[in-house]
Amino acid sequence: MSLDWQPLWLTVQLASLTTLLLLLIGIPLAYAIAYTRSRFKPLVETLVSMPLVLPPSVLGFYLLLAFSPQHAFGAWLEHGFHVQLAFSFAGLVLASVIFSLPFMVQPLQAGFQHLPLSLIEASRTLGKPDHVTLLRVLLPNMKGAVLTAVVLTFAHTVGEFGVVLMIGGNIPGVTRVASIAVYDQVESLQYASAHRYAAVLLLLSFATLLLVYVLNRRWRAVRP
Amino acid sequence: MIEIALSRRLAHPAGVLHLRLEQHIDDGALVALFGPSGAGKTSLLRMLAGLHTPDAGRIVVDGVVWFDGAAGINLPPQRRSIGMVFQDYALFPNLSVRANVAYSAAAGAGKGVSADVAHWVDELLAMMQLGGLQHQLPATLSGGQRQRVALARAVARRPTLLLLDEPLAALDTALRLQLQDDLAQLHRQLGVKTVMVTHSIGEVFRLADRVWRLHDGEVGAAGTPAEVFLQPRLAGRLALRAQILSMQREEVVIIVSLLIGQEIVDIIAVDADVEGLQVGDTVLLSPRGFDAISSASRGPFTKA
Repeated sequence: MSLDWQPLWLTVQLASLTTLLLLLIGIPLAYAIAYTRSRFKPLVETLVSMPLVLPPSVLGFYLLLAFSPQHAFGAWLEHGFHVQLAFSFAGLVLASVIFSLPFMVQPLQAGFQHLPLSLIEASRTLGKPDHVTLLRVLLPNMKGAVLTAVVLTFAHTVGEFGVVLMIGGNIPGVTRVASIAVYDQVESLQYASAHRYAAVLLLLSFATLLLVYVLNRRWRAVRP
Repeated sequence: MIEIALSRRLAHPAGVLHLRLEQHIDDGALVALFGPSGAGKTSLLRMLAGLHTPDAGRIVVDGVVWFDGAAGINLPPQRRSIGMVFQDYALFPNLSVRANVAYSAAAGAGKGVSADVAHWVDELLAMMQLGGLQHQLPATLSGGQRQRVALARAVARRPTLLLLDEPLAALDTALRLQLQDDLAQLHRQLGVKTVMVTHSIGEVFRLADRVWRLHDGEVGAAGTPAEVFLQPRLAGRLALRAQILSMQREEVVIIVSLLIGQEIVDIIAVDADVEGLQVGDTVLLSPRGFDAISSASRGPFTKA
């Protein structure tokens, strides 16, 4: 019996795209949170961390409502841009970006806060604008945090289930990712096939986390 | 010339410190900021750098206004022509010695380095004796070497004003003397106006043209090191500040152990000399001839 690789391929696509988008969003956001002195900082931190504690079905439910053409946001997307987010791959990506946000932002924020403030100040007194400081001084000195954020985001998106089920359903080739496929196979009593998907996910998760710990250990070894 | 008139209220362990300063720095001068911990020295330096914002005042450097509280002008650090050496040096751990120095000398993102800049970096590395270390990372350097890199990096963009925050505090005495010479040489060669925070009177005399003695946020005295530190003492006789470590009775005399600087000295005294004194007191010790037990009219100690 051959395995249908499509759900796994879809999972990898979803996780890669989500991680890439979150890296672009997460770095400026984490930078802003780490260095702001605004009194709204706790509020922003709370919003970023909400997906950690919120049941995925709750988040999925609200997103489903928002994406629905019967509501303002969904209708605006549908009429203005002919984009339908509910039960589509684009919707899954957007939901994953929201759902995995804390896994990207929190390690990066900790990475920024771990760096001595004098590095930024030194770069500023040396005449460099903040984006140069970020790219040439800050990020290269927090490689471990960046790697942790990237891998955790990727792994967490791979493991996503509840949100996907709520807003994506189970459409082969569009929204049926590996975690959904496991559920679907078990539902239809195809245990052998469920085993294969489950085993691949298990190995993927183990390998990515192992990679983080090995690389972090190596980078720490060469740092003072 | 740099004209400085600043005021700022600072949170302080002992309440609020009101930092006030009105001074100027002549071209090519090296000014030492001297004073006890918590007097506001580092805050002042950071206000000159633009890392702290004063409540009010003006900073005008060679005719360019860096800060004017009334006019709402406050140039960010990037737009002030400064070089700063931090207490922890703040070298970039990911960049080699050479890249650290070239970072500020190169325009833009600091990656592409023109021939002119490369030549200037070579010159600085040679001046600071860092040529052989230029491809190493900061983590592999000793304290003195890191200090030299920090100095070279700070002057690499040819700043108008060089700011040094206790640059030699973390080094041992021999290295300090060596680096004081290096610093003096660098200052002579570049002639850059410099403000240096220091705790060491020795350093002030060795390096500074002028000293601002800061106390509780205010400049208590300003002038040449000799004017600030030596004048008040001309009238007195030689007197050493000493702390009493112990007093032990031996027959009719008392052996007093004193801490003078880092040296411990034992002195013989009689009851009358130590009357009213106890262990832990700080005294001024004056010589009075050879015979400590003679019936001189004045004892060796004056309570400080």
